[in-house]
Amino acid sequence: MFRNQYDTDVTTWSPTGRLFQVEYAMEAVKQGSAAIGLRSRSHVVLACVNKAQSELSSHQKKIFKVDDHIGVAIAGLTADGRVLSRYMRSEAINHSFTYESPLPVGRLVVHLADKAQVCTQRSWKRPYGVGLLVGGLDESGAHLYYNCPSGNYFEYQAFAIGSRSQAAKTYLERRFESFGDASREDLIKDAILAVRETLQGETLKSSLCTVSVLGVGEPFHFLDQETIQKVIDTFEKVPEDEEGEAGEGEGEAEAAPAEHGDGGAGDQDVAPMEM
Amino acid sequence: MTKQHANWSPYDNNGGTCVAIAGSDYCVIAADTRMSTGYSILTRDYSKIHKLADKAVLSSSGFQADVKALQKVLKSRHLVYQHQHNKQMSCPAMAQLLSNTLYFKRFFPYYAFNVLSGLDEQGKGCVFTYDAVGSYEKVGYSAQGSGSTLIMPFLDNQLKSPSPLLLPAQDAITPLSEPEAVDLVKTVFASATERDIYTGDKLEIMILKADGIRTEVMDLRKD
Repeated sequence: MFRNQYDTDVTTWSPTGRLFQVEYAMEAVKQGSAAIGLRSRSHVVLACVNKAQSELSSHQKKIFKVDDHIGVAIAGLTADGRVLSRYMRSEAINHSFTYESPLPVGRLVVHLADKAQVCTQRSWKRPYGVGLLVGGLDESGAHLYYNCPSGNYFEYQAFAIGSRSQAAKTYLERRFESFGDASREDLIKDAILAVRETLQGETLKSSLCTVSVLGVGEPFHFLDQETIQKVIDTFEKVPEDEEGEAGEGEGEAEAAPAEHGDGGAGDQDVAPMEM
Repeated sequence: MTKQHANWSPYDNNGGTCVAIAGSDYCVIAADTRMSTGYSILTRDYSKIHKLADKAVLSSSGFQADVKALQKVLKSRHLVYQHQHNKQMSCPAMAQLLSNTLYFKRFFPYYAFNVLSGLDEQGKGCVFTYDAVGSYEKVGYSAQGSGSTLIMPFLDNQLKSPSPLLLPAQDAITPLSEPEAVDLVKTVFASATERDIYTGDKLEIMILKADGIRTEVMDLRKD
């Protein structure tokens, strides 16, 4: 994308009818680490790559619980994503309070989209620099939406956003027709395989990805590292010495405290909102 | 010229009694299930006990519409807490939240007489008793509602709570075992039912322990 005289303000149109600031905001989404979402008729799986700033730090939280029946995965400016997640949680709680029933996913994404649109039409604001994959279950079934900084939203059977997401999208395009009737386990496996595509050569380990599931009779929750590793083991055969070496490096990254529940067994019982 | 008085009241009293007793590692919460208005019974099967968090249970008598509204507010606030802190609220934390929520409506109060009970962060039973505008105190046992005047003196006699004025401060927790406390509660309600017209039908008892919650129901006189 080239710099030009129409891209300083979000309130300035270009002669060809484009708002460059909005398009630049969409670029920010592409810079973030990958986030993937897929759905079947009864479940939605959100997965993301855990990219840490350095070996010393912990990775950023990219998947948030919005309510028992809705989760969101983000890519881009995670700070913007955190703020929007807080907004989504508050919308879900308020709807629940007023109507004594869970917020339909379609309504939530419209609120989000309208909020994003406001930032594209005010000279003192800037667009949100984050793309959101909103997955949820309501009376009309399982849904997966993508909300972008432009204020548009689309529904998907499966989608990937962030850096190297094209590889994941190619994989999903090949497989998406089978997702509708897929079992919960197959859906999770497909999500992890899609994450593997974005790693492009790097060995897939459970510490590199975060996976969350929600579905019929199953409130939103994160899968612990053991469960993810078991799925990885079904298709990934890693030579012993390579695993040992990489395992140590990952051990340091995992030991960093942070608010990231270390996916250990028992964490899910104690803290229902863990992660 | 005498002052004009309202010919309509926003409040009603649905009667009923709530009791809670704190033990060393358990908590017993009990309430009758009769809901009435004036001299009529609305239903014989209404639960006045509501779980707010894993370790905190609220039992309220008074105006049940206000009680319901109060429960909804606390439930929403608890969800916000869980999102922010990644864990459930402890009983003492919920106690303070309830107090603040009640005082927030100091000039149009929730007509609710609350007993909040559960396990504190050390796993010991705790009971907090409130007035309608949020004044609260941690106690070893409490009764609220239409039968409270009949029940409290008897609990004082049986549970010998030391005066908070005595120093050094003594624990308000009863040395009774859980089955003894449950039995005491049943006795106390059976007696209150005899003389309080608003208490009766059924008794719902919830026993909160570290490993979970157990519920018991006992019949009371239906007259």
